Amino acid sequence: MFMFDKAIVGSRRYWSWIVFLALVIAVGLACYLRQLSYGLGLTGMSRDVSWGIYIAQFTFFVGVAASAVMVVLPYYLHDVKQFGRITVLGELLAVAAVVMCLLFIFVDMGQPARVLNVLLYPTPTSMMFWDMVSLNGYLLLNAVISVVMLKAERTGVPAPHWVKPVVLVSIPWAVSIHTVTAFLYNGLPGRSLWYTAILAPRFLVSAFASGPSLLILLCLALRRLTRFDAGQEAIRRLGVIVTYAMTLNVFFLLLELFTALYGRVPEHTETFQYLFFGLDGHTGLAPVMWASVLLALVSLVMLLVPGLRRREGVLAAAALCVFVSLWLEKGMGLIVAGFVPSPLEHVTSYSPTAPEWAIVLGIWAIGALLVTVFFKITVSIREAN
Amino acid sequence: MRDRPLIYAGLLVFLVLFTYPVWHGVAAKSSNAEPDLKLPATEKECVAPREYMRTSHMDLLISWRDGKVRDHQLTYRSPSGRVFDVSLTQTCLGCHGKREQFCDRCHTYAAVSGPYCWDCHNDAPGGTSQPKAGGGASVALSHPTLNSTALRRTAANPAALPGRPQ
Amino acid sequence: MKITRKDFLKILGGSAVAATAGTLARSAASAEPNAATNKAAEPKAAVKRWGMVIDTSKCRESGCDDCIRACRVAHNIPQIPNPKQEIKWIWKEPFENVFPMQQTDYTRQAFKTPLTVLCNHCADPGCVRVCPTKATWKREDDGIVMMDYHRCIGCRYCMAGCPYGSRSFNFVDPRPYVAEINPEYPTRTKGVVEKCNFCEERLAVGKQPACVEACRDKALVFGDLNDENSGIRQVLRERFAVQRKPELGFGPAVFYLL
Repeated sequence: MFMFDKAIVGSRRYWSWIVFLALVIAVGLACYLRQLSYGLGLTGMSRDVSWGIYIAQFTFFVGVAASAVMVVLPYYLHDVKQFGRITVLGELLAVAAVVMCLLFIFVDMGQPARVLNVLLYPTPTSMMFWDMVSLNGYLLLNAVISVVMLKAERTGVPAPHWVKPVVLVSIPWAVSIHTVTAFLYNGLPGRSLWYTAILAPRFLVSAFASGPSLLILLCLALRRLTRFDAGQEAIRRLGVIVTYAMTLNVFFLLLELFTALYGRVPEHTETFQYLFFGLDGHTGLAPVMWASVLLALVSLVMLLVPGLRRREGVLAAAALCVFVSLWLEKGMGLIVAGFVPSPLEHVTSYSPTAPEWAIVLGIWAIGALLVTVFFKITVSIREAN
Repeated sequence: MRDRPLIYAGLLVFLVLFTYPVWHGVAAKSSNAEPDLKLPATEKECVAPREYMRTSHMDLLISWRDGKVRDHQLTYRSPSGRVFDVSLTQTCLGCHGKREQFCDRCHTYAAVSGPYCWDCHNDAPGGTSQPKAGGGASVALSHPTLNSTALRRTAANPAALPGRPQ
Repeated sequence: MKITRKDFLKILGGSAVAATAGTLARSAASAEPNAATNKAAEPKAAVKRWGMVIDTSKCRESGCDDCIRACRVAHNIPQIPNPKQEIKWIWKEPFENVFPMQQTDYTRQAFKTPLTVLCNHCADPGCVRVCPTKATWKREDDGIVMMDYHRCIGCRYCMAGCPYGSRSFNFVDPRPYVAEINPEYPTRTKGVVEKCNFCEERLAVGKQPACVEACRDKALVFGDLNDENSGIRQVLRERFAVQRKPELGFGPAVFYLL
């Protein structure tokens, strides 16, 4: 039913890649088992910075998962036919990204065996409860949609009627998963960096920039590695989406900076000062943030100049810059900086330890493995037809 | 014909693996003697009838736990009318003694590894089996960054064995 | 009776949905099963709200940690050598860390006493709001914000949600770092969050919290904020007291006489 038979036939290059990913996963798993027995003290987290790269990566990849809506919505609601070949790729990418999110949450738990308590003792006032509901719902939706669509392609029959409403539900649901994730942070009055209404819009636009960027890079990779071509129009239109989203993203950041720096309320300026310049000698995040800013500006130049954006090489470079810039901003900066300074005005720095990185890489490798397998199935089905 | 050594070797490996439980048991000197339970000398009546405790002591403990922690119910009236303090260490172990001489006997015999009560609760009434490392400041666990020695060091607490459900 | 595969799958799907919905509904309705425990009939007492006043004029400027040590002994609080992973339920902080916006260059000299900080057992706690499993909740009959170490999944959302920094997480197994285990209170295990519990186990047997009892200068006043005639209410009527971060609206129950 899941057509995995298509994924076990492949070239030498394909299998080398799978084996490489399996090795990375094995190392990550070994480190995770060590973390299970020793405790989260194996990571760089602390009493003050109690969420680190695991939760930051979860936040970033929820955005990537939500971005499937950026190909689904134009195709299904506005008849943008050029996206026809890549909607399923967007949905499969969403499945892989949501699985990564769930794994990142799981490895962050102090008592992972009890994680089902969230479902056994549902607490509607907690945004984490709703996050679990919406993430798993989104996973189910996209998994069902992808399987049904691919099945239909493989057998050559049109997809069943009932899948259309499911696709339509997935559109607001995609927006909801990232809004709920933003609410996790947004709803904490004690954390001034996050306690801002624009956090959810910031999350959404950075999702709509980073996700389609990744999709562009994946489509270009598919074109190079297989006979599947997403189509020049589809890639061009994705580029337009990334351009708008990235521009809005930078604009929203500037709005935040204006509010903090013009108002000059110490509680708000301190967090941005920590991010970009450091506080009390702790400057760990400053290089990260400036790199993110630099990459964002470079990417905007490449994206906003139509002559440049139209060249696929430049678009690919811009997509990479956007992805890395947003990964640095959201996947490293935003979450950690919310904890600095601490509620008692202490500045504690955070950097992931080696085992922590190994676990992060292991989960990335799982995501890459899922994307590889899913795309292999898709491409094989299309090449057969 | 050339495969014969390989086949015999494979059969031998299979035989060894298949009989693993037997010779591992011999090596570990495990016996099938019934658990040697020492019942309390003074008290003859438990918080519930013996048969109920035999089959359902885990249910009782969980309802004690949730009742005390979450519903602030600090006492328990047994079916015979006696009122007990709800406390694993003080009430249960107060009669049954250290866990090694009571709880662990049956749990080890029946290979029940689930209960991790003792990771938090004191496992001897009025005192606890001391942490093996000699406690306190003498165990200087440095922050496990890239220090591989720190990574290999296991927690001094005997309860934190790998494979324990956490 | 012939049934098509499609119909069979429909029935299967419907049953699965019904079963899940039923389980969820049942578990939501009966969140705290309590079969075997029976409660002796007790008269319904008036609702208490435990609170504390810290009289900083009585607190020494340095060299005294009676309250901290008492809490540590009473609750098996480990001494973790790595300061990033420390566990503390009650401790001291300089004034400008506790009331950062109330400190200026002109007033710095006037107040040198470090302030004792602990969980504020808020009226509308930010931690309770965000806990996804109700492992932390506000007890109705006495206002203490409780912790259930059995249910905590270690997600640390409560730590992010507390605006006062009152909560600690067990990054490692704490037992090796407890010098002498007090048999009357359990230790905790790695992977759960903990904080001051206003010594609810001592209050249950009519004692005062360990810190209050241990303070040699009687700087900590503890009592029922809902009882107009209590000592703590008397103190609050006579001397002006402040709370930490009152503008957030969490309603802390710990007051400071500065």
